[in-house]
Amino acid sequence: MKLKIFVTLKPGVLDPQGKAIHHALESLGFAGVNDVRAGKLIELEVADATTDAQIEEMCRQLLANTVIENYRVERA
Amino acid sequence: MKTAVIVFPGSNCDRDLAVALEAVTGVKPTMVWHGDSELPEGLGLIGVPGGFSYGDYLRCGAIAARSPIMRAVVESANKGTPVFGVCNGFQVLAETGLLPGALMRNRSLNFVCRDVDLEVANTDSAFTRLYEQGETIRIPVAHHDGNYFADADTLDRLEGEGRVAFRYAEDVNGSARGIAGVLNEKRNVLGMMPHPERRIEAAHGGDHGRRLFEGLLEMVGA
Repeated sequence: MKLKIFVTLKPGVLDPQGKAIHHALESLGFAGVNDVRAGKLIELEVADATTDAQIEEMCRQLLANTVIENYRVERA
Repeated sequence: MKTAVIVFPGSNCDRDLAVALEAVTGVKPTMVWHGDSELPEGLGLIGVPGGFSYGDYLRCGAIAARSPIMRAVVESANKGTPVFGVCNGFQVLAETGLLPGALMRNRSLNFVCRDVDLEVANTDSAFTRLYEQGETIRIPVAHHDGNYFADADTLDRLEGEGRVAFRYAEDVNGSARGIAGVLNEKRNVLGMMPHPERRIEAAHGGDHGRRLFEGLLEMVGA
């Protein structure tokens, strides 16, 4: 089973990298970009028997730092 | 005083910390590899050094925080052993949950490598007891991800409980409320981004960091 884990900064957490990307887009002349937030995509290939609870634990224990990040799991 | 320094793949301040500890305590620290699962008995301090453990992959300190030895460090800290994390060591301790908050990319996006002035914000800990409240000390920083973040409630609690040990005298990396170092609730765990272990001798740029280790030695005893 293939999983995609999207890890994103929580709303309200300052994202300096997003700001830098935003700035770079503007300097390339792209108008109308209101905000940029950068995150991570982690792809996992796991045994079919892997339970939702196990996936949840992987995210909570390692893949995301829930102090600053949210995560979302997508099954491919 | 017996001490230990944890060594991860990618640690690069482990020897600096070991030299500082030996200079102050007179005893060579035990260097403990991240893959070990036990610490030596009777430690007066566990040091988690600076560097780029596991190449900063995933998040700074994230992988190191889940290494076998860190389970032993967390257990020992919870029993009251003093634990000191500097730079990447602070990031590791935050990732284990021993310290609140997280260290994010510097607001400027630049790696900051220079001496900075710190205000000693609280002297009620084994680490800060030999400093004067409000004293300014000059300590080097060298980091890319030192921008301290915690939610407003946590920051209020840290300030209310006197758990902000050090603050930057100027904005260095965008840290919330200028926080450079924090203590845990029991005050036996300190994490800080600046490097006091690099300031223990006047001949090597200054000795403002030395009292941190001396205070601990006095408190724990030889």
